[in-house]
Amino acid sequence: MASVDVTERASPGGLRGFTASLRRKMPISVAFGVFWLAAMVAIALFAGYLRPYDITAMDLTSRLSSPGAFKHWLGTDELGRDVLSRLIQSIRVSLIIAFGATILSAVFGTTLGFAAARFRGMVEHLVLVLADFQAALPFLIMSLAVLAFFGSSMMLLVCLMGFYGWERYARIARGLAISAGAQGYAAAVVQLGATPARVYLRHILPNVASTLIVSMTLTFPEIILMESGLSFLGLGVQPPETSLGNMVGFGREYLTRAPWIMLAPAAVIMLTTLSISLVGDWLRDKLDPTLR
Amino acid sequence: MNPLIEANDLLRIYETRRGLFGRTSPVRAVDGVSLAVVQGETLGIVGESGSGKSTLGRMLLGIDPAQAGEVRFSGRPMPKSGTAEWRALRAKMQLVYQDPLAALDRRLTITAQIGEPLEIHRMIPKEHRAARVAELMAAVGLRPDQAGRFPHELSGGQRQRAVIARALASRPKLLVCDEPVSALDVSIQAQVVNVLRDLQEQNGIAMVFISHDLKVVRNIADRVAVMYLGRIVEEASSDVIFQSPQHPYTKALVSSVPVPGKPLEGRMILQGEPPNPAERPSGCAFHPRCPLARDICRTSVPALRQIGSGRTAACHIVAGEAASIETLRRRA
Repeated sequence: MASVDVTERASPGGLRGFTASLRRKMPISVAFGVFWLAAMVAIALFAGYLRPYDITAMDLTSRLSSPGAFKHWLGTDELGRDVLSRLIQSIRVSLIIAFGATILSAVFGTTLGFAAARFRGMVEHLVLVLADFQAALPFLIMSLAVLAFFGSSMMLLVCLMGFYGWERYARIARGLAISAGAQGYAAAVVQLGATPARVYLRHILPNVASTLIVSMTLTFPEIILMESGLSFLGLGVQPPETSLGNMVGFGREYLTRAPWIMLAPAAVIMLTTLSISLVGDWLRDKLDPTLR
Repeated sequence: MNPLIEANDLLRIYETRRGLFGRTSPVRAVDGVSLAVVQGETLGIVGESGSGKSTLGRMLLGIDPAQAGEVRFSGRPMPKSGTAEWRALRAKMQLVYQDPLAALDRRLTITAQIGEPLEIHRMIPKEHRAARVAELMAAVGLRPDQAGRFPHELSGGQRQRAVIARALASRPKLLVCDEPVSALDVSIQAQVVNVLRDLQEQNGIAMVFISHDLKVVRNIADRVAVMYLGRIVEEASSDVIFQSPQHPYTKALVSSVPVPGKPLEGRMILQGEPPNPAERPSGCAFHPRCPLARDICRTSVPALRQIGSGRTAACHIVAGEAASIETLRRRA
């Protein structure tokens, strides 16, 4: 029957075709990025099982021991706490904040941008004024004020970081949605009788997703660095809890005597942000059927 | 027979602005157009670019609101664009676009896009949709193995076939084709026009076929309306208008089509460009280019008048001639 033919032939273009092309051409740098990010996610998920010691367990006899020791692979800090254990816990905390905040700001910004493009008029003016306000405001100062008033908690930190960079998504999403509406395909779907929700979610969003993904890969490292900065200033994650930025901040005092305390988390920040950029860029190209 | 779609005195004025603080000047894109199309009939709308053909097509579908006059579909007035009622009516009236690549979503396969109206209007249960899409693809001449293709992987003609299949998915009663073949190769044009005509005949669809290409319109249309600067200047059945055009503008258009085996002599060639629609000439808008223009043409606007059975024209000269012929007949 004709219907069976259609469905059978359509499916290889979907998932199987995608994984095949994935295996066929993935540059080494991207493969590394995927591997690194997978490792980071695995570490974040299984941090409780992976850490050799508790993050507050002090081994006072081997304080500031250098990396490579049998007991402490990445050495210990000034209180004799295992750097590897703290690093694993930091990856978990920082990743939760960065992922949570990136998704939050992408969803929030894109929604506002689409709303502006859909309703125009007053709504659009309001969104643009808010976006300008957000862009003009020094975010670090605002965060400091909020955290100083309400105290620091994980939830608050994620929500606060979620406000970082939303104005970029809003502007991009608005601009792209307006131009998509002026182009044929969105107008054509409207003419088919589609509801605005369908036009925006099924057609415009996938078409502008590549640009938004690139924007996300830019925001993600920035949020990690922002959290590091706040933790460094003592307003982010509070001790005894630890995060990558927190570790860098406290390790700074021992930079000359025990550089590993700071270098280990700094290396993780750098490699993670690099991997995100590489994978994001590659993903954008892969998700576009016209470039395949 | 009641007309399926009826337009009365449609008016659409665009404001154009020169420079940042320049004065706005009104462009009467569609200016008092009335027409009616019955079921199963094809009305061709021809005219130069800028004559308001496409705007008229969009107004017939209710995409652009009429600033004056009204559009009635099956005897009911057109609901406001964007309302649920308007959206539901999309199942009954569809548009075929000039540029099929722009009208298709480049991220979805053509199967998904052809089936989309069915999904939107919840017309056919999910399990039968694939069969309906396959049927539509076969009807427009797309091969089953092209089902999973993306729009950029198809040729221009195939894309336009996909757009036509999508437009016909919900079994519409009215199809507006806005220059559907002008972006295609001449050899492909004929195929696509044939597909359109066959499908129209099979399904009894009323069609408004907008084109600047007289050969194509002659091939497909039952009746033809000629537009000049937002107004219909002549309307008659396709055979009549191409055999004996009355309005000087129609004469010029018809004689501009080269006919194989006929010498080029005796052709009426228009001088000059179509005037700027923002500065519409006084009187008959065609008078600066009209070889027959007289004083009355410069001062008074000719109304669309009956000049024979089932044919109308807006021209002082044609109407005058017709009148004088009738008086001659009466005397004889």
